This record gives sequence, structure tokens and C-alpha cells, in this order.
Amino acid sequence: MDLELLRFNFFNIDSVINVYPLILKGLWMTIKLCLLVGPIGFISGMTLAGVYSLHIRSLNWFLMVYVDFFRSVPPLVLLIYVYYGLPFFGIEIPAFLAVLISFTLNSSSYYGEVVRAGIESIPAGQMEAARSSGLSRTQAMIYVILPQALRNVAPDLISNTVELIKATSIASVVALPELLRMARVGQDLEYNATPLVAAALIYLIMLWPVVRLLSRLERRMMSSH
Amino acid sequence: MDAFAEEFLNWEVMVKYFPDIVAGLWVTMGLALMVIVTGLILGLVLAVIRAFQINPINLFIIAFVDIFRSLPPLVIIILLYFSIPMFGLNWSGFICSWIALSLVLASFVEEIYWAGITSVHKGQWEAARSTGLSFFETLIYVVLPQVIRMTIPPLTNRTIVIAKNTALASVVAVQEMLTVAQTSLAYAANSSPLTLAALGYLLMFLPLVILSRYIESRFAWKR
Repeated sequence: MDLELLRFNFFNIDSVINVYPLILKGLWMTIKLCLLVGPIGFISGMTLAGVYSLHIRSLNWFLMVYVDFFRSVPPLVLLIYVYYGLPFFGIEIPAFLAVLISFTLNSSSYYGEVVRAGIESIPAGQMEAARSSGLSRTQAMIYVILPQALRNVAPDLISNTVELIKATSIASVVALPELLRMARVGQDLEYNATPLVAAALIYLIMLWPVVRLLSRLERRMMSSH
Repeated sequence: MDAFAEEFLNWEVMVKYFPDIVAGLWVTMGLALMVIVTGLILGLVLAVIRAFQINPINLFIIAFVDIFRSLPPLVIIILLYFSIPMFGLNWSGFICSWIALSLVLASFVEEIYWAGITSVHKGQWEAARSTGLSFFETLIYVVLPQVIRMTIPPLTNRTIVIAKNTALASVVAVQEMLTVAQTSLAYAANSSPLTLAALGYLLMFLPLVILSRYIESRFAWKR
């Protein structure tokens, strides 16, 4: 192995200096994507879980099929289906919207499962007590059940969000100019893999602290059993 | 509605590309199985090594695990794919995807097992050791059996998520199901091959997802 060649190809400061505006643009796009996809997925997941907690049998059966379906299909397959499939049908949609649609379908299922588990971890007596104190079902859900439920599943929620942020790199496949895509453009321009290494470092800087926190939370959760 | 069926459920197109998609399905399944086996074993080995609490080795394991949990799998696959020729090796996209995804799974598995190992009460260790078992025997016969039971729900979930990531191998030109479906889609100018592939993924992962639901409810019930 040639160390100098390795340094030149993977840790080449010059090539990063040449393409850093591209990478910053990509980072900005990734951040925008996360800020949009995260809350949308979380809110739709909470809605799914909220509807599920009404215990309407036929509706729950439908929700379960929805959730299991989107947990079984890889997000990349979903994305390609939406982005390359729909145009044949005469529906031309921009990459950003395709990413938004497929990620919402996927992440709402995952968030929905987590929130549902959270709600089910709260004893039924709480809802009954809240209702008997005069709160409506919705009020009881929002003010009594959900705050405790979300706390109980906080590690899973954070872990889901980390996965979601990581998954946004998939959008590079449909040429959405996010971090990974821009790094690959930089890689092609410079004929050098350093922009890719730079992108990896940016992901690492963004997510490492959260992953560390998660390890602690997960350990504490498991020990409390 | 007819136009929709024509586009997404075209029988002729489906029949024509069915053999190709099935060939892709086998590649996906093979890759997924290899990733699951390698990842689960490597993760367990790392957790056992970590239990010995040898400082420099532990730091290395923690760094390894953290990095592979922080980086998007797609980034790891691409980075490995482009960097491996530098080391004078000529690995195919399949091997790169296998190794990258196995390392990712191993990292998550190590963390899950480790959380399980640390959750077993210290008194159990001491009790087992005082009966004359060695450290390693205690780990194998007393601690791990409890850990494995406790960690089955998170392990199944994580394994499914990462096995689904085999679709990412399409980016490095592995002829797995998604790649084949995309090629067929371009040839046929019709989305039906993609529908077939989606069905293939459902066939593979839906039973696992349902199984994980069952495992989770059993686990919750026992608590």
C-alpha cells in the first residue's frame, strides 16, 4: 500500500478547498431536508398512534397493515418507485417532493410504532382518571398521556431521528443536491475521494454526540427493567 | 384506473421480467443473510471482548461502534467501494456492501449486547464467581443466556432495518433486486418491474416485521 497515494486521494486538503462551497451547499440542503422530514414524520407518526389508541378494530387493522407495509419496504425502493415510477404515469414530480413523500410514508410508520408503544406503556387507569376529572379524550391524550408516553420512549424517538437523518443520504440517488450528492459531485470534479471523506466527517460531527447520548440512555433503559 | 394498472401492474411486462427479478431476489437474499450472520456474530464477539474491560481494546471498540453508528450506511458503502482499490484489492460491489453492512450491524449489535451485559446485576457475577466459575464461564453460562433473551426484541428490529439496507448495494452496481428492477424499468418504460421488486421485498421482510411484532408483545407481556 502506498501511503502517499492514500494521503493524496483521501486526505487531500487542496481538493476540499476547491469544492467546499459545494459541500456547504449540500450540508445546507441536508439540514433543510431533516428539518422538514423529521417533524412531518414525527407528527404523522403521533397522529397514527393517536388514532390507534382509539381502539377501533377495523381502523387499527388498516393502520397495522400500513405500518408493517412501510416497515418492510426499503426506503430507497420507495423513493425510486415515487421518483422514477410516477412519471411514466404522467405525474412528473421534483426530486425534493419525491424524497418528502417517500420519507414521510416510511418515517411515519416508524415513529407511529414507537409512539404507540409509548402510549401502551401508560396504564389505562391514567386515561380513566383524566377523563373522570372532566378532560375530554383529546385533552387527556395531549396533556396527560402523551407527555409521559413520549418520555418513556425517548431513546427510541432519538434513535429513530438519527436513522432518519442518516437516511437522507439516500436522496443522493435521485440527484437531490444534499451532502452526499454534493460530495460525489466534488469527487468527480476533483477526481479525488477527499470530498467524500469530508462529507463523512460532517455526518460524524453532526451525529456522534447524539449516538453517544443514545448509548447512555439505552443502557439506562435496559438496566431499569 | 386502467391506465394505473397498465403502468404499475402490467401483466405482460411482469411475466417478461419475472425471471430477472427472481434472480435479483436471490442476490438480495444472499447478501441479506450474509450480512445478518456476519453482523450478529461479530457484534457478539465484540461485546464479549469488551466485557473483559481491557482499556486500549475497549476504546478501540467504542470508537469503532460509534463511528459505524453515526455514518449513513450508504456513505460507508461508497467510501469502501472507492477506497479499496487504493489498498491493491479488487473487491466487487457485493463484497463491499457485505462488509460495510456487516460492520454497521455488528456495531448496533455490540451496543445492544453490551447494554444487556451491563444490565445484569453485579451480584450475579459475584455469586457465579464464588461457585468456582471462571470469568469467561460466568459470562457464557450465567450472563449471556439472560442477555440474549432480553435483547431479542431490539436485535430483531435492528437486523430488519439493516437487512433492508441491502437495497443500497444497487448504488455500487450489485445486481440485486432493486438494480435489476431499475434496469427492467428502463427497458420496459413501465413501472411494473418495480412493483414486482416491491412485492419481493414484502415477501422477504413482511414475515420478519410481523415476527418482530409478536416477539415484542410477548416480551412486554412477560415484564
